[in-house]
Parts: sequence; structure tokens; C-alpha cells
Amino acid sequence: MDEKKLAIIATKGSLDWAYPPFILASTAAALGYQTQIFFTFYGLQLLKKDLTLEVSPLGNPGMPMPMGMDKWFPVLGTALPGMQSVMTKMMKQKMKSKGVASVEELRELCQEAEVKFIACQMTVDLFDMDTSAFIDGIEYAGAAAFFEFAGDSDICLYI
Amino acid sequence: MADFDQELDASGLNCPLPILRAKKTLNGMEGGQVLHVIATDPGSVKDFDAFAKQTGNELMESKEEGGKFHFLIKKS
Repeated sequence: MDEKKLAIIATKGSLDWAYPPFILASTAAALGYQTQIFFTFYGLQLLKKDLTLEVSPLGNPGMPMPMGMDKWFPVLGTALPGMQSVMTKMMKQKMKSKGVASVEELRELCQEAEVKFIACQMTVDLFDMDTSAFIDGIEYAGAAAFFEFAGDSDICLYI
Repeated sequence: MADFDQELDASGLNCPLPILRAKKTLNGMEGGQVLHVIATDPGSVKDFDAFAKQTGNELMESKEEGGKFHFLIKKS
């Protein structure tokens, strides 16, 4: 059986959107896929040693809220100061109680399974990001390097 | 339930952790040995079936008993 390849582009830096790339990459690696994630723009937040990811109810009509708040709570109310950290805390509690792994845990599982993490050098420069704040074992490269792997991949996802 | 060599209790864990833990445990086992996985995630029934098909490890048994899901996987 030839080794299959999965290439993922991770572009989002919120708590909820941190899950798809790490869940899919770790699972693919367990199934024997050679896997690479290219982190660009806000996706680079997922590479920080100390993850401070949050989830926002603002502009997110699909987000289930406690006490049916998504039905009656005014949309503008979700912009109130503190709403984001409250929703983030609640989401994390919910995930823990349902046995959903933390982002950190899934990221570690990816690294253990030799999923390759590539950080977009251009975005790092653009946002003057401090690479010492990133976890170890990351490669820094550009679009051409991504295509070298993605061009041969069986599955390519933009998340 | 048939004999097994190792047991993994993944109760309370949600997707994709049961699969990832199973894979990790299988890595430390010899070919032909059997792993017994216990899970509570209802999604794990289809997932272990798919895992076996894609990795070549044989899913010898898959059943629900006492509100939990049991899988016997023979390492290829």
C-alpha cells in the first residue's frame, strides 16, 4: 500500500477553528497518511507555546449558546466586553466534560505522529511575530515549498 | 469475547482520541497480537471499522455491551 498524503492549510486562529486541522492531521497520521500542515495568517496562532485561543459569539449565528441565548439574546449584546472570554471559558468547560481533547493535546499527538508543521515565513515577517514564542520542530517556508508537498497529495484541505 | 493481549480503556474520550490511543497502543504491540478497546463514543463504531480497513489491522469483533463499545483489533 502506497503511503497517502494529506496537505492542510490552516488559516484561522480561534479556539473552535483550531480543532479541524489538528483532529484531521492526527487522525490521518494514525491511518498512515504522510501529513503536513501549512500555517498561514491567523493560523500561526496555533503554533504558539502558550495558546491563548478564544472563541467569539460575535458574527457567529451558528454558535449554540446556553439557555437558548442564541434565540433571544440581541446580536449586539455579543459584542459586550467580556462576552468573548465568558464564551471561551464555557466552551472549554463543555469540551472537557465531553472528553474532547485540548488543542495542546491534539497538537502534541500530531507532532508525536510526525505530522510536519510549516509556518508561513511571509506572515511571520508581516506581523513581526516572535518565533521564540512558537513550539519547537517547525519549519519556515513559503508557498512554493507547500506546493512541493501538496502537488503530490491525495487530499488537500484549506481550513 | 475472545482472548486479547492488551486492553485500552478509552471510556469518556471523544473523537479522535479513541483511535489515536488505539494506534499508539498498537505501535507497541507485535504483529498478530490482539488489542481490546473499550469506548463510550458512539462514533467510534464506524471509526474503528474505517480504521481497520485503512490500516490493514483486522477488526475481529465490534459490539455494544453494558452501554459501552468493545473492539478487538488484531495487529497486522
